[in-house]
Amino acid sequence: MIPLSWYLAVSAVLFTIGVAGVIIKRNAIAMFMCIELMLNAVNLSLVAFSSFFRDVSGQLFVFIVMTVAAAEAAVGLGIILAVFRNRESLDVDDASVLKM
Amino acid sequence: MSDWLTYIIFFLLAGLAVGSAVAVVAQRNPLYSAISLIGVFIALAGMYLTMAAPFIAAVQIIVYAGAIMVLVVFVIMLLNVEEEVRRPLRLRYLVPVAVLLAAVFFAEAAFILYFVNDAPVAPPSPAAAVNPSSVGLTASIGAGLFTTYLLPFEITSILILMALVGAMSLARRAAVRPGDLVVPGAAVLTAQTVNPARVGDATPVRAETTAEAAALTGLWDRATERGDDE
Repeated sequence: MIPLSWYLAVSAVLFTIGVAGVIIKRNAIAMFMCIELMLNAVNLSLVAFSSFFRDVSGQLFVFIVMTVAAAEAAVGLGIILAVFRNRESLDVDDASVLKM
Repeated sequence: MSDWLTYIIFFLLAGLAVGSAVAVVAQRNPLYSAISLIGVFIALAGMYLTMAAPFIAAVQIIVYAGAIMVLVVFVIMLLNVEEEVRRPLRLRYLVPVAVLLAAVFFAEAAFILYFVNDAPVAPPSPAAAVNPSSVGLTASIGAGLFTTYLLPFEITSILILMALVGAMSLARRAAVRPGDLVVPGAAVLTAQTVNPARVGDATPVRAETTAEAAALTGLWDRATERGDDE
């Protein structure tokens, strides 16, 4: 049986890579994908806890996190489209001010 | 399943997940990042299967690798995203600070994980003790979703409705009237809506880019201002 802490270690590594990506990347879509990576790291630790403590609540949380991620994808990509339409660029440094 | 086979599968899936995650950050082309992210999702679905959570594994494949990534790839193709250019490093004195903070963070994480490994496993909850093998199956998840967690489930449906309306109103173009010229990839610009006092007539202008159209209509010469910044 694989210990619980190994799954948590993989989850922590994935989350850290996601945080680093959000900080390093300047492309809006790449930053968006790194946020998805962080959400998946949290999902992994939730499923690991749920499976090891034999409680179904963690997997229900994962289900709700997935729906929130889907909603976030729809709205986030809509924002990216609107920003691209106004500035013809996806670089977040070009969108550092709110005015056009 | 024998013990060493479990370990081999775990290390294969964990290596695939971490390697693909590194590739997501390391790739310059967003399309390659998206393909690597699908690798992460599939590896995580495999890990959910090894933890006896088949429903979550299936939903991971369907929702993440299916719906969300198709949306992301669609937007990448639609916007014709170019590769990221390497730019000079700003704030270079923060690099040693970042390394130090990362070392502290990893030390803390290792410390916590070490003691989690030694902690005694809590006894299973009494509800699950009745039938512990059915935790990850669809029936138990559905029962929990429609009894204990009914209110969060309903709130989730409201959230999805809000996301639907928000995405439509964000991605929608401005209303096009007869005579307007739609510039591909840009907003609809007419002389009348932009600056009626200065222009005086409502003749549509023809331009190839948004900056050109803005200069023609007297809105704001963004092309020259951007040139002044650099």
